[in-house]
Amino acid sequence: MAELSFNVDHGYLEGLVRGMKAGILTSTDYHNLAQCDTLEDMKLHLQSTDYGKLLSSSEEDLTVSFVDSKLRENLVTEFSCLRSNALPPLSTFLDYITYNYMIDNVVLLITGALKQRDVEELLPRCHPLGAFDQMAAVGIARTPTELYSAILVDTPLAPFFQDAVSEINLDEMEVEILRSKLYKAYLESFHTFCKNIGGATKDTMCPILEFEADRRAFIITVNSFGTDLSSADRSALYPSCGKLYPEGLQLLAKAEDHEQVKAVADCYPDHKFIFEDREPGSDFKTLEDRFFEQEVKLNTLAFMQQFHFGVFYSYIKLKEQESRNIVWISECVTQRQKSKIHNYIPIFQGTK
Amino acid sequence: MLLECMMNGHAILYTGVTLAFWSTILIVGICYTIFDLGFRFDVAWFLTETSPFMWASLGIGLAISLSVVGAAWGIYITGSSIIGGGVKAPRIKTKNLVSIIFCEAVAIYGIIMAIVISNMAERFTGTTPETIGARNYQAGYSMFGAGLTVGFSNLFCGICVGIVGSGAALADAQNASLFVKILIVEIFGSAIGLFGVIVAILQTSKVKMGD
Repeated sequence: MAELSFNVDHGYLEGLVRGMKAGILTSTDYHNLAQCDTLEDMKLHLQSTDYGKLLSSSEEDLTVSFVDSKLRENLVTEFSCLRSNALPPLSTFLDYITYNYMIDNVVLLITGALKQRDVEELLPRCHPLGAFDQMAAVGIARTPTELYSAILVDTPLAPFFQDAVSEINLDEMEVEILRSKLYKAYLESFHTFCKNIGGATKDTMCPILEFEADRRAFIITVNSFGTDLSSADRSALYPSCGKLYPEGLQLLAKAEDHEQVKAVADCYPDHKFIFEDREPGSDFKTLEDRFFEQEVKLNTLAFMQQFHFGVFYSYIKLKEQESRNIVWISECVTQRQKSKIHNYIPIFQGTK
Repeated sequence: MLLECMMNGHAILYTGVTLAFWSTILIVGICYTIFDLGFRFDVAWFLTETSPFMWASLGIGLAISLSVVGAAWGIYITGSSIIGGGVKAPRIKTKNLVSIIFCEAVAIYGIIMAIVISNMAERFTGTTPETIGARNYQAGYSMFGAGLTVGFSNLFCGICVGIVGSGAALADAQNASLFVKILIVEIFGSAIGLFGVIVAILQTSKVKMGD
């Protein structure tokens, strides 16, 4: 009976996040943005939306990367507002959302440490949502193993390292393999957490996380064609909390070309649509775009129910997608390539 | 293996208490049966020896306290959603106070019934079951029953109106035309509290305490 006790701790934040969701750009806003000719026009249009005076600082030039960093800053501010007021178990849930970015930051720092880069150079490139206390101390370690035993073992990511480093030496492992293993451990842990919360949170979050797991499996498979990643190595990277587990993952591990991957996807009605051949007349959409579309569709479903945590996760993901859309439109506008400008992913289509 | 059987602290506590409670009842019941002491479990003795005033007072207490629990529950559910939704959509603040008023009405029903029932409690002289008389016993039980009726129906009415009011506030924040439609759902929800009051009045209509 989540409705009876949810609002004690989380009612205010749910109301807040739903208010913030109302500010997500609609199709009218995208239409206006697509018709702009310069970034200045886009800045003007964005002022009338929830973004307001975000882009109005006068010192820096208005470039696409400036827009991107400002949008990210906005998202981080909103997230910090939510996280600072959250009580358990919502605080743990929001922390799980940040672990994704933390993994990316750790991989970036390890790569930099391997190449003897200066820590000061790397820190601004880290995603702010994934910041952890020991980030600045990363420069002390000389090897990845040292990095792990001295610094990373105190971060919240330490449990995810246990599966990754038990067999193989961190030094020898390729950084991308490490990222995939960490992400697999993270996804499975998040999935178990949502399942334990139960109720509407489980009903909205578990399909989203299962879709993420399947998407990872497909992307890893497709990206590994032509590299020397063996089938056994590949199957160690697939997250096991998705719908593909266990038969689909076994088939995917054996797949050697795109046709075999498509054959695996055809067995699952949810994924069949993503790999389907396009009709001749419609727009060309890459595999990535189709995955993004499906992700947006699943995330909008979270707002159909009340008294659960899924709205927080979905809001962050939809805001990220909106940032990607705005950056895409800005790129098209600055490079004057208006033909592909409508390839953004619309969110909340059909509402006013 | 024993460690895996251990759940977290709350679960151990609840299962322990439940187990202790039911095993006590079982063992006492078995002992009474074996030692031929079954006569000690005497419901009639309990009902006639307890004073009707106890039942009346319990009824009054339950009437007001359960109603207030229901109203409070509903108000906090709706209130926190109004505050959250009001940050980005300040226009909802005033209109949604109507939901809070519906929840508050439930507490008012409770206090009205408590006052009505408490006015029926009169003195009577009589100490044994025969001298107290059947009418006084009936009065005590009716007042207890009426208190239970109005208390529980207001409890659930308050919770219902609270949950619907929370949904109304958040929907109003997104789309202002939805509020009036969801208000109709709330009105039906608050009607059930009124049913409890009506039945409680009927239960206490024949009450006459005294000599």
